[in-house]
Amino acid sequence: MRKYTPKKDVQAKSYYTDRFWVAPQVAKSPVESDATFSEDLAAIKEKFEVLDAYIQVDQMVVYINAKDNFDVIKLAKEDLAYTQMSELSAIDWLADKGQFEIFYQMLSMTKRKRIRIKCFIDEQEPILSVEKLFRSADWSEREMYDMYGVIVNGHPFMKRILMPDDWSGHPLRKTYPLIGDEAAAWYEVDKIFGKEARDVIGPEIRDTARIDRYDTERFSRLGHEVPHGAAIPEGEPKTPLAYQEDGGVFLIKKFHEDDSVIITDRDR
Amino acid sequence: MAQHQVNYTQDGGLPVALTTIDKVVNWGRSNSIWALTYGLACCGIEMMASGASRYDFDRYGTIFRASPRQSELMIVAGTLTKKHAEFIKRLYDQMPEPRWVISMGSCANTGGMFNTYATVQGVDRVIPVDLYLPGCAPRPETLQYGVMLLQKKIRASKAGKAQKPKRLM
Repeated sequence: MRKYTPKKDVQAKSYYTDRFWVAPQVAKSPVESDATFSEDLAAIKEKFEVLDAYIQVDQMVVYINAKDNFDVIKLAKEDLAYTQMSELSAIDWLADKGQFEIFYQMLSMTKRKRIRIKCFIDEQEPILSVEKLFRSADWSEREMYDMYGVIVNGHPFMKRILMPDDWSGHPLRKTYPLIGDEAAAWYEVDKIFGKEARDVIGPEIRDTARIDRYDTERFSRLGHEVPHGAAIPEGEPKTPLAYQEDGGVFLIKKFHEDDSVIITDRDR
Repeated sequence: MAQHQVNYTQDGGLPVALTTIDKVVNWGRSNSIWALTYGLACCGIEMMASGASRYDFDRYGTIFRASPRQSELMIVAGTLTKKHAEFIKRLYDQMPEPRWVISMGSCANTGGMFNTYATVQGVDRVIPVDLYLPGCAPRPETLQYGVMLLQKKIRASKAGKAQKPKRLM
């Protein structure tokens, strides 16, 4: 007899997952279908090992070895006229392959073409900086280090760019939780007040819809104003909306609607 | 000794008005709340609109100052990131007593829609807050009303007593 497995929460699952679903891929075409790209690829293949190459969305994608990255990009810039570095960053494939994919997106204004040079590196493996070739790589590589923890060799100022210097962890890794780890949750408390203040301030409240109407330190309702910190177990008393207290303060008069005149004749 | 025929306590007598020190001090304080320009995100645009001619905060004596040392109100208008948290504390500490804080908008109140690793989930984790304004972003009318409520709060409090810090280590 088949072993019983409880199926109580089957209906509660909000998503149906198809076991045979394959993520759709953008169509790839061979490099030979474009004359310019064929010449460029031949020039790269002459000097370096190319692992894979294809055209996707009118852009050539070239996979190279990580150790060649500086020389290939130098060749692309100086000989193949790809004079702009639009973007460079990493992709986290640590769960699948234990590796990062580094991509360099390049643009040639004279050829009106874009190529993407890609390579794989291991988690702790450093990669050579291309900051000497493109100034735009400076901040991109710092961001890559900040967000993924990819170590870049030969960079003039290898520091975090977005997160604080004393931050722990690299937020764009797939293993990093969206709401942050333990260090992130207590970051501002630890830094400003010290670790001993954690008990006083308490953990972060992540439920943004949370309302406690009897908590008069944090919540109030307009028209039901009570003093700060007052105890209202039986509900708050209703107070009329008033912009000015009765009796007023020194030199300030309460506005009486009866004393006012509404002007209807514009040419008065 | 002359027999005074003048009732000093009446308006028709001498130009004398009787009041308490508390009321005079609070009258001054509540009608000249100088606010620190603290626009951190899109709520800052609404805060600027409140200060500009259409809503005209100058009417309340609320004038924006660029220095914490000249201001007594901090309107935290926008998302407070964890990287910035130490600076808001430093600016708050530089403000002279008595000082008040308005937390403007969802992000400043609770972190708002930024349920992420990099956003402080409510500025009251760092500095004590007097007034929370709901909204994303609150309209200038809401901020006006908030300032009026704060005026009311100031007038209702004892002038001599320093504001008791809610949560300072």
